[in-house]
Amino acid sequence: MASQAPILIVGAGQAGVQIAESLRQEGYGDELLLIGNESHPPYQRPPLSKKWLLEPGAYSALALRGAEALQRRRITLRLDSEVSAIDRAASQLQLATGERLDYSKLALATGASARALPVPGAGLGEVLSLRSIGDSAAISAAIRRCAAAARPVVVIGGGFIGLEVAAAARKLGAAVTVLEGLPRLMSRVTAPIVSDAFERVHRAHGVELVFGAQVTQLLGAGDVEAVCTTDGREYPAGCVIVGIGVVPDDRLAMAAGLACDRGILVDDCARTSDASIVAAGDCTARRLADGRLLRLESVQNAVEQAKSAAAALLGRERPFVAAPWFWSDQYDIKLQMVGLSHGYDQVVTRGDLDKPAFSAFYFRAGRLIAVDSLSRVQDHMQSKRLLDHGLSPTPEQVADPQFELQSLLKDLKVATAGGA
Amino acid sequence: MPRVRYIEPGGREHTLELNAGSSLMRGAVDAGIDGIEAQCGGNCACATCHCYVQPPWLDKLPPPSDDERLMLSNVAAERRPNSRLSCQLIASPALDGLTVQFPERQS
Repeated sequence: MASQAPILIVGAGQAGVQIAESLRQEGYGDELLLIGNESHPPYQRPPLSKKWLLEPGAYSALALRGAEALQRRRITLRLDSEVSAIDRAASQLQLATGERLDYSKLALATGASARALPVPGAGLGEVLSLRSIGDSAAISAAIRRCAAAARPVVVIGGGFIGLEVAAAARKLGAAVTVLEGLPRLMSRVTAPIVSDAFERVHRAHGVELVFGAQVTQLLGAGDVEAVCTTDGREYPAGCVIVGIGVVPDDRLAMAAGLACDRGILVDDCARTSDASIVAAGDCTARRLADGRLLRLESVQNAVEQAKSAAAALLGRERPFVAAPWFWSDQYDIKLQMVGLSHGYDQVVTRGDLDKPAFSAFYFRAGRLIAVDSLSRVQDHMQSKRLLDHGLSPTPEQVADPQFELQSLLKDLKVATAGGA
Repeated sequence: MPRVRYIEPGGREHTLELNAGSSLMRGAVDAGIDGIEAQCGGNCACATCHCYVQPPWLDKLPPPSDDERLMLSNVAAERRPNSRLSCQLIASPALDGLTVQFPERQS
């Protein structure tokens, strides 16, 4: 038999690397090509909005895998390569250079881009958003310039990225204003009690928080100098960091006619509408059993969907069903979230709200669906296991500080853990 | 450079020379050792770099921080007395020869 065309993976981030690695672990022996459009080999993104802003370091500290690891697994890496089209009829990728590459199967792990601020002046200098290693270095430098010149850093968006950047900017000594369009922080993903805790912490660290702020334009000549909002206020700015979410990179898939809906549509096994194409990570949207569309932007989602994608490429089913989890570092608070709180009807807290070191347990119809933990590592780990095993404490048990969540886990056997 | 011996879940062994100051997680990930995920990249936030420290090394290591101890309380594989998170173990000349084994599952 003629040797088969390779499996091609578009996107050399967390998901792309994991697909390649999992294919090898699952026994795939033929050629494997990982195509990335950045110039750095695969790296971790979460630190870019956290400690990397404080101390940008050597690339190697962010590397997802060493060169040796890729070599050992015979994963060929092709960097600085932009894919311009998928030709499904010919089973080929077309690169921006015009080169065409045959594939036997294709995996899309194209990630997401920072959502652009749709107002006049967004193209001014010192208006930055965070996605890549270069973005992080540019933001770190801009914050330092602001701190040195006593110019304020204005952050647009009070979500994870915006708040992590705000915390780092305060640590670097800059004055910080956060403009959030909604009435509270991280409102899409947390209960008011959690938003309120973070509001207090950021204010205690000297961050100016403005809610209901709708940005109309950015002013400046060359570099940005101020941010204007609908209420007529003008916020002076030495730099502006835009953290208003991401847009999945589904352009290639959409142009090729794959089913997309604000992301490449995949099932629990990471399969797209084309049987020879899988997708994983930030570029995907998953249709849930209740019809809702789930978009997760997290390392865990990238890794788990990638494992499913690799299995699917080899004709196996490995559904990703574990409870989603996520983390964020702001000042000395470790925020860890597990489960999906959407549709909750009751929130019960455990711990010290003032410190803050507490967890918010979200219930729907008396069953636990999600837990946000602020510097309560044990709550997070226990809740993760509870949710993964479909176990639920009662709201009364959670509310009782004497009750041990661990008691619900003691009968679990390690051998059956997870199951996936 | 301190040498660290890694044992993959399947039993395959690799000895790596790590730079002093590098975490055992970092060394394993750079070399592509099987059995480690390290999803959070060393933030002590995910417990997917769980390892078992082989005797006689356990007592020679600095004890786990509160966070690490709490993360270890619910790792995916069996928690044993010699369970540690490899992102929190830092290579040093005194630990030359340290041996760790990765469990069957991390998540």
